[in-house]
Amino acid sequence: MFSYIVRRLIAAVGLVIVISMITFAIFYLMPRLAGASPETLATRYVGRAATGATVEQTAERLGFYDPVPVQYYHWVKGVVAGTEVDIGSGVEKCPAPCLGYSFRNKDPVFPLIQQRFPVTLSLAVGAAVIWLIFGVSTGVVSALKRGSIFDRAAMLVALAGVSLPIFWTGLICLSFFSYKLGWTPPGATYTQLTDNPLKWAHGLLLPWITLALLFSAQYARLTRAGMLETMGEDYIRTARAKGLNERTVVIKHGLRSALTPIVTIFGLDFGLLIGGAVLTETVFGLPGLGKMAIDATKNNDLPQVLGVVLITAVFVAVMNLIVDLLYAVIDPRVRSK
Amino acid sequence: MTTPTHERDRPSEGGPGHYLDVRDLKVHFSTDDGLVKSVDGLSFHVDRGKTLGIVGESGSGKSVTSMAVMGLHTAKNAQLSGSIKLDGQELVGADPGAIRKLRGKKMAMIFQDPLSSMHPFYTVGNQIIEAYRIHNDVSKKQARKHAIEMLDRVGIPEPGQRVDAYPHQFSGGMRQRAMIAMSLSCDPDLLIADEPTTALDVTVQAQILDLIRDLQQEFNSAVVIITHDLGVVAELADDILVMYAGRGAEYGTAEQLFNGPGHPYTWGLLGSMPRFDKAPTDRLMPIRGTPPSLIRVPQGCAFNPRCDYQERVGSACLIDRPDLDNPGGDHFVACHIPPAERQQIWAQEISPRLA
Repeated sequence: MFSYIVRRLIAAVGLVIVISMITFAIFYLMPRLAGASPETLATRYVGRAATGATVEQTAERLGFYDPVPVQYYHWVKGVVAGTEVDIGSGVEKCPAPCLGYSFRNKDPVFPLIQQRFPVTLSLAVGAAVIWLIFGVSTGVVSALKRGSIFDRAAMLVALAGVSLPIFWTGLICLSFFSYKLGWTPPGATYTQLTDNPLKWAHGLLLPWITLALLFSAQYARLTRAGMLETMGEDYIRTARAKGLNERTVVIKHGLRSALTPIVTIFGLDFGLLIGGAVLTETVFGLPGLGKMAIDATKNNDLPQVLGVVLITAVFVAVMNLIVDLLYAVIDPRVRSK
Repeated sequence: MTTPTHERDRPSEGGPGHYLDVRDLKVHFSTDDGLVKSVDGLSFHVDRGKTLGIVGESGSGKSVTSMAVMGLHTAKNAQLSGSIKLDGQELVGADPGAIRKLRGKKMAMIFQDPLSSMHPFYTVGNQIIEAYRIHNDVSKKQARKHAIEMLDRVGIPEPGQRVDAYPHQFSGGMRQRAMIAMSLSCDPDLLIADEPTTALDVTVQAQILDLIRDLQQEFNSAVVIITHDLGVVAELADDILVMYAGRGAEYGTAEQLFNGPGHPYTWGLLGSMPRFDKAPTDRLMPIRGTPPSLIRVPQGCAFNPRCDYQERVGSACLIDRPDLDNPGGDHFVACHIPPAERQQIWAQEISPRLA
């Protein structure tokens, strides 16, 4: 069991390192290969109006003349140990994890991410709770009443839920609940949970529902398929042969096994989501990580984009690790391997 | 030794206290392709302390029968009719909740593949404890003590430690022992073993059969053992029911069936049995053809397309379905060939080839 944890941990760290290399390469190596010079990058910081000398100076200062691997080393060093950056108007200390400075407003990237993270986390957690409850229970009932009207209706709604894009359902929700019924504030507002929990939930309700509709649909289908399979297993027959009541058979013996693949998918989905729900945040104007990534991309703000991507990668890797460890908790066969 | 009495002629008789008494059982499934008559008019009975072997090929309805007795046909398209009496209590048409309370307590079942039949996520001990606590109002600690005793009783070494092991940590034979411990945890009076040794090594098979026999004597339970292996029933059974296409083909004591089998199908089964004491050059005598589809069972005798002796009787086999009959006797054979002729065929043609 101990070696299993260690192996998963090493794999997770390796994954993050590889992803950081790939993203770094995409943003810093690819432009070079495509013919961009160090000066072009430096121009982003100082603006087009700057003289050639200033640009060169900046490129030198930020290390853009170094070979890309060296730049990567400096970047990683900044992330791990923090670094000192000469931003022109003096040397500034950038504590670990230093994800560099925004091209745009020269703010350090990590505090920006810290600031926006609670928004995305609130969005993800609330939606996850809703979709897990709805998706899994719908899936279970559908599987048990296979072929019934409930099953058919639920699967039809689920198909629609999976197919409809978020920007569409989001806008429909907005127009209906906010503008027509006036139940929720138009758009979504973010109030800190610690300030006013009720307002927090009220402001996020629409984005939650929008996200949860998509994911509930997916989880309902997944749960249904899983339950149909497990309920046909021999051990379910054994459980019934023991004289267990049907509820215990379904929940303790059936659902427990059917949940394994759901836990896997949930880990990935949730990891991705806390790295930024790009569409939902954009539609509702929520100042989360996804919105940040979109804005940064629009502004060609490489350090911000790189920062969000890295953070997302870390979340996915961490969630994956948690899933792997959960496997061992759920399935004893994993433990003894 | 009990001998099967002739039930079909006397359906009104309550049965002289047979523990399990099945009469004219039919289990049909309506499917898109038609009505599947998995079991179609089957009667048998078992007394406490006795063992009935139900033998037949795959698809002959053996397992469907056992599932019907256990009340485990949950599919909506399953139609049960006839009568299943357990200790005098009618199970066909009974409230599912009432049957559930009998399951595990009065009747228990052992399945073919002990690995897939035990839940992979729970320890063996927990599964036994669960089975025990459904029907007994005891604390977890007491149930655990009972589980350890049961594991010890079925011959699992160091039961105090093994109780916390998971099924995948057991060997095949040990798993089947654990399965038996679980089935017997509530001391059921009827034990149905559905192919209990099929998935096991030959060396382990004999041990498991011995264990079932020992436990039966100890608990004085009625045992139904379902198998396609005549070797298994030869070991254990007092009575044997040979099934073909959802019906009884031959029903008698083990002695009668092995010493003077009356049905061509039983002859075929005996001829298909590999035997240690025969020269390896001797060919087995397999039954030709394959079991019939249960949607389109052949008219007349269901076995007629595969029967080597059908010409001797003529068209009766193609038109009339023979009943499991033997007025006045206790060895029932569903065959149109006159009994005297069958005896002759067995004595002169079949048994010399088997010897």
